[in-house]
Amino acid sequence: MNMTTALARLLIFPGVLFAVPAAWFFLWVERKAVAMMQGRIGPPFMQPFYDFIKLLGKNTPPREGVSGLLMRLWPLIAVSAAAGAVGLLPVLPASGGFEGDLILLLALLELPSMCIVAAGFSSRSIFGEIGSAREAALSVSYNVVFLLAVVSIAASQHTFRLEALAHLPATPLQFLGVAAILICLPAKLHLNPFSLPNAEQEIYSGPMTEYAGPELAMWELSHGLEWVAATGLVATLAAPHLTTWWLAALVFVALSFGIVLLLSAVASATARLAIDTTVRFYWQCTLIFAVLAVASALFLRFRS
Amino acid sequence: MNLWAKLMRYCRRRSPWLFHMNGGSCNGCDIELIASLTPRYDAEQLGVRLEGSPRHADILCITGPITHNAVNAIKTVYDQVCGPKAVVAIGSCPATTNVFIDSRTLEGPLNKHLPVDVFVPGCPPRPDAIIRGVAMAAGILAERAGKNLPVEPVVMPLIGPGCGGACGCGAANHAEAAAGEVLS
Repeated sequence: MNMTTALARLLIFPGVLFAVPAAWFFLWVERKAVAMMQGRIGPPFMQPFYDFIKLLGKNTPPREGVSGLLMRLWPLIAVSAAAGAVGLLPVLPASGGFEGDLILLLALLELPSMCIVAAGFSSRSIFGEIGSAREAALSVSYNVVFLLAVVSIAASQHTFRLEALAHLPATPLQFLGVAAILICLPAKLHLNPFSLPNAEQEIYSGPMTEYAGPELAMWELSHGLEWVAATGLVATLAAPHLTTWWLAALVFVALSFGIVLLLSAVASATARLAIDTTVRFYWQCTLIFAVLAVASALFLRFRS
Repeated sequence: MNLWAKLMRYCRRRSPWLFHMNGGSCNGCDIELIASLTPRYDAEQLGVRLEGSPRHADILCITGPITHNAVNAIKTVYDQVCGPKAVVAIGSCPATTNVFIDSRTLEGPLNKHLPVDVFVPGCPPRPDAIIRGVAMAAGILAERAGKNLPVEPVVMPLIGPGCGGACGCGAANHAEAAAGEVLS
């Protein structure tokens, strides 16, 4: 673990240099998959890139005072947290680098959604506030399941270290945990059955209503990076342990791509649920499995 | 023109985000605008996205003859759209107030209040014509951005099953022709 490999992981693979094009690619895959499911042709391959550049060139309304400063700051925090989360993923085997643990990764994954909540409230738009309140309620409901799933994986492997989690042979309990994380992903990425916070047209654009130009470009980018980080987390946990670095990278990309396709298919096949249905889904249906997973992980651990 | 400006122009015409505003329309044009996003016409091929907030939009699509109640709302929304921006008047109503002409409840036509870039006539216009108008507006927007040129509205030809090639498409599928135009 030296400085060079640490920087290489943060800046090249799976860090910024890989993550930003991957974010655009996943945003395109999502839009294209939804279009194809609906029998449309869909946007061209470079569409998210065009949108990003165009948004950078747009004007923003004058923003004054502390709330104006905050409105410029939130998207930047969200982007850097999501990029950091991608950089932490233990994709390459035994490459050294910065060894973060699962708790840091979870914190970085959670920051963008906290930024969205704060962003909606600091924009002082009524639609932004409704969107933020929904995002907060959604976050409270899926995060319980998400965290319990992660705890069950960590407990079954006796470690919170990412490197070790990715490379230890998988246990059946780990797959149960991965499945629980997968159920939480549509809510984390604001995809269709749980697309409440930004509910297009229904509450304008939710927390993003007041954001324009470069700020919106950063939100789009942070959403893309969240895609890469969240699918990457599942991919690294589910991937078999490989010692060849290029094979590991290839398996990582292929698994992430598969998860993006799966989530897009679910998104285009479902309609938006109301907030109470969503909360009930996570607290009543999914929580049971998460609690079971944690209980059996702890039980097995004390028996061994 | 430097490289960044060229890239910006290239991206601006490929990513028109719309905000739709009803200025007292009968809903006919609104339905056609939504139809242009459906599988049959699929405006997303040109990068078109219907946005929920005027802050995100590049092109303001206005339908209806601009009633007394709507005029201030339309001006507010126009100011909320961040520049560079363009305005597309969809249907015959915003262009001429159509059959409602001389009504005392109207403040139309639209170009009395806003600088309109493209008029798409028709009652209602076909989705093909709307896509073509939006593509034209995206081109105008990309060319004009930063130069501060005066607005000269473009009136799109009436197209439909009986356009007789007036729109220059020469094909049954107008959306394809529009796509060819904007991407050339």
